[in-house]
Amino acid sequence: MLVIRKDLLDEIVAHARRDHPDEACGVVAGPEGSDRPERFIPMLNAARSPTFYEFDSGDLLRLYREMDSRDEVPVVIYHSHTATEAYPSRTDISYASEPEAHYVLVSTRDSAETNHTGHEFRSFRIVDGVVTEEEVEVVETYMFAHTGADDVPDLG
Amino acid sequence: MAVTVSIPTILRTHTGGEKAVEAKGGTVAEVIDDLESRHAGLKDRLISDGKLHRFVNIYVDDEDVRFAGGLEAPVKETSTVTILPAVAGGMR
Repeated sequence: MLVIRKDLLDEIVAHARRDHPDEACGVVAGPEGSDRPERFIPMLNAARSPTFYEFDSGDLLRLYREMDSRDEVPVVIYHSHTATEAYPSRTDISYASEPEAHYVLVSTRDSAETNHTGHEFRSFRIVDGVVTEEEVEVVETYMFAHTGADDVPDLG
Repeated sequence: MAVTVSIPTILRTHTGGEKAVEAKGGTVAEVIDDLESRHAGLKDRLISDGKLHRFVNIYVDDEDVRFAGGLEAPVKETSTVTILPAVAGGMR
């Protein structure tokens, strides 16, 4: 499951709309091991295309060096589809190489099928070429989001 | 004297989880061959038909080797080689 703050979801959707009809792409970085997306990093689509996206190779190197120096990982890797559904394409699957990341897709097509997020915003794991859709939980803050039942003080 | 090679998450299964390993070689191709001798299987993840795989970027210091001589790009003893998977996709 992807748990993501509403302001970050809004940033991703706004970026997708801003770059439409080209595909938009980027990362939400978070502390290594936390699975918590925190730092929104919109990237330039070097392909500037309505059907393809690619991080510029120099930008990619700078991004990973910066994340490394901050002990961050790409918790979310997002991109938009501008004319098709928010589901990973064959190309998306063949390039997917972060098994720990949440691959987020946003569709900006005319007939976008909005879900509980208010947008056509979906999240997937892509591991060894296998796509698994996961739930998206939108929260105002992470303060309470990861509190398991065992962490709640016993009120009885 | 060896160069440091930075390994991306997806390839760390070949390096026993190590984020960076040492290798020897005067070109990118030689560095990869040297890596393969200790981390079997890595080469196939980077090269097919004698060419750098299109899903992979290799940098010598700050330079993407695609723009610097490809697999024959020179590597100095003080260089850092960084391997990163391309981040790309599309609707088809």
